[in-house]
Amino acid sequence: MYTTKDGKEIFVLDGHTHFWDGSPENQANVHGKQFIECFYAYHTNLSPPEQLWEKAKFEKYSEDDIYRDLFVDGPNDMAIIQTTVLSDFYKKGFGCLERSNEMAKRHPERFIVNGSFDPRDGEKALEYIHYMKETYDISGVKMYTAEWNGDSKGWALNDPAAYKCFELCDKLGIKNIHVHKGPTIIPLSKDAFSVDDVDYAATDFQNLNWIVEHCGLPRLDDFCWIATQETNVYAGLAVAMPFIHSRPRYFGEVMAELLWWVGEDKILFGSDYAIWTPKWLVDQFMDYQIPDDISAERGGVQLTDEIKEKILGLNAAKLYGIDVAAKKAELAGAPVQIAAE
Amino acid sequence: MLVANLKKELELEVWERLDGVTDPELDEPITDMGFVEAVEVTDARKVRVAFRLPTYWCSPNFAFLMAFGIRREVMALPWVAEAEVLLNDHCFGDKVNEGVNSGRAFTEIFAEYCDGARLDEVVETFLAKAFDRRQETVLLGLQALGHEPAEITAMTLGALRRVAFSGEEELRQLPRYLDLLLAQGLASEPQDLAFPTWDGDEIAPHELRAHLTKLRSTRINMEFNGALCRGLAKTRYKEVEIGPDGPQLIDFIAGRVPPRDEGVTAT
Repeated sequence: MYTTKDGKEIFVLDGHTHFWDGSPENQANVHGKQFIECFYAYHTNLSPPEQLWEKAKFEKYSEDDIYRDLFVDGPNDMAIIQTTVLSDFYKKGFGCLERSNEMAKRHPERFIVNGSFDPRDGEKALEYIHYMKETYDISGVKMYTAEWNGDSKGWALNDPAAYKCFELCDKLGIKNIHVHKGPTIIPLSKDAFSVDDVDYAATDFQNLNWIVEHCGLPRLDDFCWIATQETNVYAGLAVAMPFIHSRPRYFGEVMAELLWWVGEDKILFGSDYAIWTPKWLVDQFMDYQIPDDISAERGGVQLTDEIKEKILGLNAAKLYGIDVAAKKAELAGAPVQIAAE
Repeated sequence: MLVANLKKELELEVWERLDGVTDPELDEPITDMGFVEAVEVTDARKVRVAFRLPTYWCSPNFAFLMAFGIRREVMALPWVAEAEVLLNDHCFGDKVNEGVNSGRAFTEIFAEYCDGARLDEVVETFLAKAFDRRQETVLLGLQALGHEPAEITAMTLGALRRVAFSGEEELRQLPRYLDLLLAQGLASEPQDLAFPTWDGDEIAPHELRAHLTKLRSTRINMEFNGALCRGLAKTRYKEVEIGPDGPQLIDFIAGRVPPRDEGVTAT
């Protein structure tokens, strides 16, 4: 819960967090080492200096760490944990459904753990979707189209094998598809960050919600165009958020574009924990205003308190069917526990 | 044996040539971005250039384009006997290095990794973005100098060349904008319009504002990459250590050598 200076309570549902193990013991090869190093570079590069972690903690943090950073020190009421398996790079997987659920069991009222699958696994992917629904009752998944799988170095959301999986998701009520666009490797003739496939998939699966993480940056213009056309495409702010600190004017330009094109009801906050922690992001976001000259170029759009509240939690709560008033009451009865040290 | 001074001179010449290689996605010289790690000229006038991208995962198509760009620029120097390009620490590094040093044609290498398609379309897409960004800087510069929309859209190449800009970014981008106009055949004679669109169309005065909005969205994308890449390159290059023989030319160029006064603190 974030409390404003006027005493208003803002419900915070962090749409994008991880519980990973990137430690050297779990790395299967050089790609695993380079993957966590890349994350660490994002962390060191875009965090305020007083928020920096040591490498070893960053590689593998504890159940207590995540709980404290999100809910005790951090303003989150709830958090969505995204699964990122990367089985070609990590022996036991990077961010696993099983391990995350084990962790979330301690505070089930605060976590939503999303699954993940790889359409290139064919029939096995379909079986796995059934397994995730039956075992963990997932309501969302995270798709990483740049993930490697044997000889394949990437895939597209509108591949026929992917469509079979999404049909099943639709049938089972797995409504929320988070999409991470990373650089695909082959074929080289393709724009590696292209978001065109989102357009096809969103048109063909109207019942599903497509949340494009880091709002399609670095193809924000293409993404905005698609999100304007498709009513079921949303912008996730993971990775865009930390620019609020290092380049506040630039953050204002991105927000102005999103508010103008995509609209205040379709933007979702995400800290991308543990790359960044939600406390400083939300503190700065609540204090932030889009500079007047940038706002003027986009019809005067501004981040009002009402709009911030939607972005920080209400929009995601709608997608995940959470009754915010009931949830607030539930959490008030089970306040955050601070582990004895 | 090449005398040390001559060697340094030749290496500097290579560095200057490398300013002509840009990251296609950012439209910034790879030397400015700090991607080039080492330049070495051997006695046999063979040139070795090592470069590294901000992350292990940077798009391989751009890595290929930069590697071939380096080769092209180095080979353009008349005294060079042979060029070797080395991309370090990249997920596709082996293939890039093998391809660029194999002596085979650029198109042939690409066809292999593009399902037979050509890279031209990607190159063209990013050239168009580069054009938009350079043009936006010049247009905003003119606006800041008080030029009216009708004046700007009717401005000829000759008139643009006579404008006295003072902003650092305008001064940097103007020659790059003019180069691209010429290279693309969009404007070459003094009486040609200075501000056509990438497709060669004229801009009407009342359309200028909308046109600028489009250019701005291109820039927002490029800045995201640029800000991220600069920061990541800085973080990644922290590992690079200065060798036992003390700092080399590259260390000074890359700003790795601390000023003398700052090395000591009172604590």
